[in-house]
Amino acid sequence: MSRLTLHDLCLSFGALKVTDHVSLAVEPGEIHAIIGPNGAGKTTLIAQLSGQLTPDSGRIELDGSDITHLSPPARVHRGLARSFQITSVLPGFSVLENVALAVQARSGSSFRFFGRVAEEQPLNDAARAVLDATDLGDRLHVLAGALSHGEHRRLELAIALATDPSVLLLDEPLAGIGGAEAERFVEQLRARKGQLTMVLIEHDMDAVFALADRVSVLVYGRIIATGTPDQIRSDPAVRAAYLGQEEAS
Amino acid sequence: MTAPRIHGRVVAALMLFAGFALLPLVAWLADDPFLVVIGARILAYGIAALALDLILGFGAMVSFGHAAYLGFGAYAVAILSRFGITDLGLHMAAAVVVSAGFALITGAISLRTRGVYFIMITLAFGQMVYFFFTSLSAFGGDDGTGLRQRSTLLGSSVLEHDLVFFYVTLAVLMALFWLAHRIVGSRFGRVLTGIRENPTRIEAIGFAPRRYQLTAFVISGCMTAIAGVLLANQAEFVSPAFISWHRSGELIFMVVLGGAGTLSGAIAGAVTMIVLEEWLEVFTEHWKLVFGIILVLMVLYSPRGITGIIERLMRGRS
Amino acid sequence: MTNLLVLQLLNGLQLGVLLFLIAAGLTLVFGIMDVVNLAHGVLYMVGGYLTASFAALTGSFWLGLGLMIPAAALIGLVLEYVVIRRLYERSHLDQVLATFGLVMIANETVKIIWGTAPIGVPMPELLDGSIPLMGPLKYPVYRLAIIAAGLAVAVGLYVMVNHTRLGMLLRAGATHRNIVAALGVPIGRLFAIVFMLGTVMACFAGGIVAPILSVDTGMGESVLILTFVVVVIGGIGSVKGAFFGAILVALVDTVGGVFGPIAMRAVLDPAAAGQAGRTLAPMLVYILMAAILFARPQGLFGARS
Repeated sequence: MSRLTLHDLCLSFGALKVTDHVSLAVEPGEIHAIIGPNGAGKTTLIAQLSGQLTPDSGRIELDGSDITHLSPPARVHRGLARSFQITSVLPGFSVLENVALAVQARSGSSFRFFGRVAEEQPLNDAARAVLDATDLGDRLHVLAGALSHGEHRRLELAIALATDPSVLLLDEPLAGIGGAEAERFVEQLRARKGQLTMVLIEHDMDAVFALADRVSVLVYGRIIATGTPDQIRSDPAVRAAYLGQEEAS
Repeated sequence: MTAPRIHGRVVAALMLFAGFALLPLVAWLADDPFLVVIGARILAYGIAALALDLILGFGAMVSFGHAAYLGFGAYAVAILSRFGITDLGLHMAAAVVVSAGFALITGAISLRTRGVYFIMITLAFGQMVYFFFTSLSAFGGDDGTGLRQRSTLLGSSVLEHDLVFFYVTLAVLMALFWLAHRIVGSRFGRVLTGIRENPTRIEAIGFAPRRYQLTAFVISGCMTAIAGVLLANQAEFVSPAFISWHRSGELIFMVVLGGAGTLSGAIAGAVTMIVLEEWLEVFTEHWKLVFGIILVLMVLYSPRGITGIIERLMRGRS
Repeated sequence: MTNLLVLQLLNGLQLGVLLFLIAAGLTLVFGIMDVVNLAHGVLYMVGGYLTASFAALTGSFWLGLGLMIPAAALIGLVLEYVVIRRLYERSHLDQVLATFGLVMIANETVKIIWGTAPIGVPMPELLDGSIPLMGPLKYPVYRLAIIAAGLAVAVGLYVMVNHTRLGMLLRAGATHRNIVAALGVPIGRLFAIVFMLGTVMACFAGGIVAPILSVDTGMGESVLILTFVVVVIGGIGSVKGAFFGAILVALVDTVGGVFGPIAMRAVLDPAAAGQAGRTLAPMLVYILMAAILFARPQGLFGARS
């Protein structure tokens, strides 16, 4: 059984079809990249998968059960987490608090009014472990709002990972970072390959072809091709619609 | 680092409480018993401001109808006393139960909306309560009604003594401050504060914001109702004036004046506002004009209230 | 009974157009400038006082009303320039506080200038008297004139919003603010015009109501909250919503106020019915609002929530 299945999703804003009969099956453990030119509807597709938007028609299944009409928090509890293209952290919280809150979401009730959450060692330990793995272990007590852009991107990933997902939706995780920092980031994702299913939206083609098991190409809300990186690279339709354009520019 | 920041605020609150505890001594030395009367009023408003700060400062919910809960508290005293029930604890219990119900229903409706809508809806619900009490002709309608006596404490009428009443009110304030402080530092408080920081992110890590906001809204309403019970006792009088939307605006002003999201700041805001009010009243009957000007200037030039001014001064010095 | 109903419907309609005149400006300021303006009710009061003073000065209600309008426009421009303009980029909380401060300033200033006693404005002779409606029922001409004036402004506003360039910008601004900015429209000037327009309409409402209600310091308070309810019910930014919201709120308020107690008498004994009716009538509007928002959080004609 596929981990995440999209059946014939459609979504329009007025006359504009942003998602046009999209069907896709993401297999357990794979990194499935979705690429496409700007305005192809990648971010709105992620928003439908994570529940911020509801499709007009079609069905989304996670491990075989229908999640199309579940709220975003309910989907997180089923094991579906996301990162945002535009960094979305809690700026007034420390790095540790940001991640500890994500751990808290999956460990016990949060309708507890008296105990000091800052002193809950299990939460802090789990958060530290995730932060160590994302190279933020030495920035625990810095306010998230004061981080550099690259650190922001890693915190964004750390928060999503801390919810302990089985499927991770990554919306342009490398946006705005480059060089050695981007390479390190790619390494961190690669280290989780196989354990975690990922849907990756990314503009950096080097990263996509280095990471992805399979690639789907989205153009004007439709998937025009799905295949291995090699198949996609050599697909004439893809080259015409997208890659060619990229090379020309 | 957040830990020292919170610690500093507790110290600030303890200093405030120590100051309050010494107030009757000052009143005695200055031979001005009226200070204790004003002091009790400040403490009661301090409770209300503290309660509002819990949702406004920590949950980013600008409730413009919080005076309604003062009203539930005040009228709980008047109505129950009329029927021969004079116990302070029962007055508080009744006020809290009614407020919890009202907050639950109106909060659930109001929280379906955001921003401007939320402000206006809470304002409208506040007015609804205002008109409700205005129509109670048995309790004086528009004009309100005097209380024949203050609430009793364990069957005794010790609260008739302003000094005893003052210290009981101070004790309630300190207990509620402690409660609010614990809530803010708890699991629940962290989720609530997270919603203020970034509701989208909170949803994306698996919390349904509205449930937490509504819970905080109810807690805050109940705490404000207790302030209402004390306020009615302090004034020995209840009237719809407790519930007017101006009163709700003043509560917001107190919170912002002291710096929203600091708890102790809200109490300091209540102190500042009432002292300012009493002081301006000495000079001019049109003190509200001065007050309005201060309000506009504060928003335009120091949006973070006194806390902002103090922090700016300290930064300038260091 | 029918006569009473017709009478109350007309009274409701008259209150409705007044609420519309105030709410139209408020909803545009909310929708386009995203500013919560608690001081909007105060403008209605100021319109009343200015009309009263100008009328007393010139000896003519019409001249008074005519002089009040440019004065109102000036007040709107100054207020926008001095305070409101600085609030555009600020949080709603800041806007609430600053305009709450303006309410205090305006109320006290009015008390200092005009005192606390209500001021009467004589009914213009031209519209004095009543006309027979049906059977023995008569209705004051002046109240009919208010309805007519309100409807005329509504039609004028409708034409402006739907058929002029300014109106196009207003409609676009209420829903897609950044697009308007991207069109290269001098947004500051647009905002100033909108605020001035809102001020003039609210002052106009205060001016035309002066002959039937005496002008006093509480008149702004009484309409402000009702106007908020109108804007919320109609949907923020929607002039059409403001119109239907105003009529609906006014009808519920007026008709419910009279027929509530009568209806109560069917189920309760007269004394209890009297109390229940008096209690429920002023709350009806808020219950209506809660019900509408429960079904449609963005209001009847609102685009955004």
